[in-house]
This record gives sequence, structure tokens and C-alpha cells, in this order.
Amino acid sequence: MVPVHYYLVLSAILFSCGVVGFLIKRNIITIFMCIELMLNGVNLAFVAFAYEWHQLSGHVFVFFVMVVAAAEAAVGLAIIITVFRTRETLNVDRVNLLKL
Amino acid sequence: MIHPVLFFVFAAVAVAGAINLLAQKHPINSALSLIVVMGALAVLYLLLGAEFVAAIQVIVYAGAVMVLFVFVIMLLNAGEEEHDGAASRVAKIFGYPAVALGGGALIYALATRGAPGMQVEIGRFLGGTRQVGRLLFRDFLLPFEVTSVLILIAIMGAVVLGRRGGEQ
Amino acid sequence: MDYPDIATFLIVSVVKIAIVIVVLLTAVAYTVWLERKLVGHIQNRWGPSRVGPFGLLQPLADGLKLILKEDLTPPHVYRPIYILAPILSLTLALTSISLIPFGNFLHIGKNITTPLQISDINVGLLAILGVTSISVYGVALSGWSSNNKYSLLGALRASAQMVSYELALGLSLIGVLILSGSLSLRDIVDKQAGRVYGFIPNWNFFTGFQFVAFFIYLMAAYAETNRTPFDLPEAETELVAGYHTEYSSMKFAIFFMAEYANMITVGCLATVLFFGGWHGPVPSFTPALLKPVVPVLWFMVKVFFFLFLYIWVRGTLPRFRYDQLMAFGWKVLLPLAIANVVVTSLVVALRS
Repeated sequence: MVPVHYYLVLSAILFSCGVVGFLIKRNIITIFMCIELMLNGVNLAFVAFAYEWHQLSGHVFVFFVMVVAAAEAAVGLAIIITVFRTRETLNVDRVNLLKL
Repeated sequence: MIHPVLFFVFAAVAVAGAINLLAQKHPINSALSLIVVMGALAVLYLLLGAEFVAAIQVIVYAGAVMVLFVFVIMLLNAGEEEHDGAASRVAKIFGYPAVALGGGALIYALATRGAPGMQVEIGRFLGGTRQVGRLLFRDFLLPFEVTSVLILIAIMGAVVLGRRGGEQ
Repeated sequence: MDYPDIATFLIVSVVKIAIVIVVLLTAVAYTVWLERKLVGHIQNRWGPSRVGPFGLLQPLADGLKLILKEDLTPPHVYRPIYILAPILSLTLALTSISLIPFGNFLHIGKNITTPLQISDINVGLLAILGVTSISVYGVALSGWSSNNKYSLLGALRASAQMVSYELALGLSLIGVLILSGSLSLRDIVDKQAGRVYGFIPNWNFFTGFQFVAFFIYLMAAYAETNRTPFDLPEAETELVAGYHTEYSSMKFAIFFMAEYANMITVGCLATVLFFGGWHGPVPSFTPALLKPVVPVLWFMVKVFFFLFLYIWVRGTLPRFRYDQLMAFGWKVLLPLAIANVVVTSLVVALRS
């Protein structure tokens, strides 16, 4: 038997890895993937709490988080493609001027 | 008896995938590590009795959202990452300690919650797809409709942004 | 489902897995033979007929040839993903067969009752959709790792096609789900037992009125497995390039096997969801000894019918152009599938 807080600690570890990646990585797509990692950590916390408090609303919330993450990924990647078309670089350090 | 083994194996896989995501230079390797993390999380959801969530994690997250990421990496032919500039050095100097502090505080707070904490047992399902569906379409009907409008907006936005040279 | 202890459960499961894998791989080899024979006869020529009687040993000769060919790894490929992609394809093709029920329960000895299915999980239908979603990676990664512009374009086209038709596939299955009320494949088959008016079997295709859903499922499955008339990514191998250009001998054979295993899985799924699984169309009088065997034979007859349909369509229809293909998937199949869901749920709601 595994205590529930092991799952919560794992979710916190994943979330922290996501934050570290978001801060230190320089490629736009990798930064975006770290955001998805953070969202996954939060999903795990939701499901663990749904188990502990014996409520299915946690699962429904995970469903909504996934839907919002999918919508955000679609629009975010479209923005990245547009930025790439004009700047020709995927390095966030180079995308620092409003007008080329 | 088998539960701690399964939990630790898949938790180790998830954390290893997350660290690999940070350590790899090429975005495609990071994308594949993230898919591994999502797969490990799907197994952990099954251990917590959330079968519907595990299934849609694989179908939607690992099977559609990450395919989108892999497509974009292939289309843009993203190369290996370059670290240069003052910004990345500053980010490293301030980023690591800040996250270590914040993340450490979070982990400590979650690990030492007041009550001894409940034990997770395999096979104690909260309720299957039918109950989740009932909740979704009765109690959470308004958020459901709002997210469908959100997806419609996202589709329109992605189509408009993806068009070439249409700046009227 | 009844086992005296966990060791028996493990042994029975391992035996079932071994039998299913052996039967599936043999079926894959002989589906290749069947295809060459049938397409040959459609084109008014004999298919393979020299190696063994009726060319029945042809798959053996083909396997031997593919193993003995030079296994060449081109120098500029990205090695880890190049090796991972065919392994992923074959693994996923073999995984989805483990959820399909082949027959009723089997009683061994006095206290073991095992279903003729490797695993019956509560969300079986969703799990099969999940495996279909992940199998897009096998195609996309193989094209990317080959470090070849044409492979990359072929792979991107193939994976875009697979992702588009996955939607129509999933939506067409919702009609079946509404009628059966459960995601478990065994429950779906159990709901299709019995007869209506004395002689029409209670399958989802007939009395469930899911014929529109069946045709949507069939077309979406043809596009998912990259078969004619949707095989433009594959036909490019004959023209310029495709996603498995840079693969030789054994790895190419693995892609090939994965494609035919997917075909067989799609056929099995269609019989389970729309044609009543192992329930025969005529009432049969079987002695008690043969009771577990006859349903499996009916199941195999139906799957054979689907494979025959696949090969017949391949020999007859020309292939779609890529823009026609995508337009068909998004503008025709998807609205039809949604309309099917709406009509089915209306009928079910008004009936109860």
C-alpha cells in the first residue's frame, strides 16, 4: 500500500522540473513542452486528491485541464510557426525586438 | 505487495523522463521524453483507479497534443539548442536556487501533511466512465459548453495564424 | 472468470499470449499470400503458384529472402529513433490484439474458467483507440529519422492522414457505445446475442441500424492502416519515396508485418463491434465438447470476410489524391459520423 502523499510528492517533483525547464531552456518549443510537463504534474495532483476525498470532480477537472492544454498547444504552436517564418530562429534570446 | 513496486518503477520512469527532457539538447529527444512521462503518468492514474482519465491521457495528450509538437519540430527542422547570451546565464544563476527553494518547500509541505494520510489500494475504483459522464453533463455542463467554445476559438485562431501571407 | 491462485492466472495468461502471437504472425504471413493470390486473380493472372501447392509456401520463401538480405543502415540516419520506429509499430500492432475477445468462456479442469481473451478491461474500446493514436509515432519518427527530404514529406503526409481519420473512427464507434452501454468489448459482444423476429441476428449492423457507422468505420480504418484507396504515402514507395525508403531487410519486414497485423486487428474489431463477434448467424446444434470451438470458428470466418473485403477493394479501386483524401476525411466522414451519433442517441432516448 502506498500513501497518497507519495503521489503528491511526485506531482510536486514533476512540477518543479517543469519550472526549471521553463526558466533555463532557450528553445521556444522546449519551453512549451515544459509548460505541458507542469500541467501533467497538476493533473496527477488532481487525480490523487480525487482519490483521497472520494470525489469524481477531480477526474472531471483533469478532463478540462487536458482540453485547455490541447487548445493552448494548438494556438501556441501556430504562433511559434508564425514567429519562425519571420525571425527564422527558435531561440528566445533572439526574439527580443518588436520590429525586425 | 506489488503496488509499491509498480508505483516506484513508474514514478522513477516519470522523473527520469522529466530530467531527460531538461538534459537533452535536441527538441525531438525532449518531445520523446515527454511522451514517456505521459505514458508513465497514465499507468499511475490506473493505479489510482482513474481508468477513464488514463485512457484519455493516452488518446488526447500523448496521442494528439504531442503528435502536434512532433509535427512542428519536424516541419521547422529545429536544430540543437544554442546557449549563449547573458540572459541564459542569469536564468541559470537565479533559476536553479529559486526552484530548489520553492520546489523544496512544496515537496516538504506535501510530504508532511498533518494526518497520517490515506493508503492507496489497487482496485478501488471511484466510479467508471458512466459516473464521470454523468458528472460532466449534469453538474459541469456549463464548463463543458464553455470549453467547447474555447476549442472552436482555438481552431479558428490556429487556422488564421497558419495561413501564409494573408495579412489583410 | 475464476482462478484458484495467482500462479495459475499467470500461466494461463502466458499460454494465451503465446497462442495468440503465434496465430497472429502466421495469419500475417498468410494474409500476404492471400493478397497476392486474390489480386492476381482479379487481374486475371495466377498469383504465386510455384512454391508449394497453390503457392502456399511463398510466405516462407519471402521470409527467408528478407532475413538473408543485407541489413544496411545508411550513414546519415539518426540511429536511436531509426531503430525505435519499426519496433514501436510492431509492438503496438501486437498490443491491440490482446483486447479482442475471440470466444466464450473456456472451462479447464474443475476450477479454472478463463475467457478467450487476453485481457478484458473496462475501457477496452478506449484502449484500442489509444493504441491507434500512438501508432502515428511509428510512421512519423521513421520518416524523420531517415534524414531524407522525401521520407520526411511522406511521413508527414501519412501521419496527417492517420490523425485526421482517427476522429471519424472514434466518432463512428460512439453509436455502438450508445447501444451497448459499456466500453468493455466483451459486454458489447454479449449485447448482440439472440435473434429478432426469429431469424435476423441481433447484430449492431442489422437490428442496431449501425450500417452508416459501419461504413464510416470501414473507410476510416482503410485510411488508418494506409491501404488502398488511401495508400498515397505508401504508393510513393513505388513512385519516389515513402516513409520506409531507407529501411532494408528485417526492419522493412517489421513495418510490413505491422501493417498486416493492423489490418487483422481492424477486421477483428469490426466483427466484434458490428457483426456480433462470435455469435453465428444461424442457430447451431453443437455437442458440448465442441462448444468453445465453434464460436471461434465463426469469428475466424467473419475476420476472413473482412480481409477478403480489404484485398478486394485494393484490387479494384484507384487511389485518392492527397487533397481529395483530406477533404473526404474532414468534410464528408466527420459530419456523417456526428450525424450518426445524433440520430442514434435520439432514437435510443426516445425508445426508453
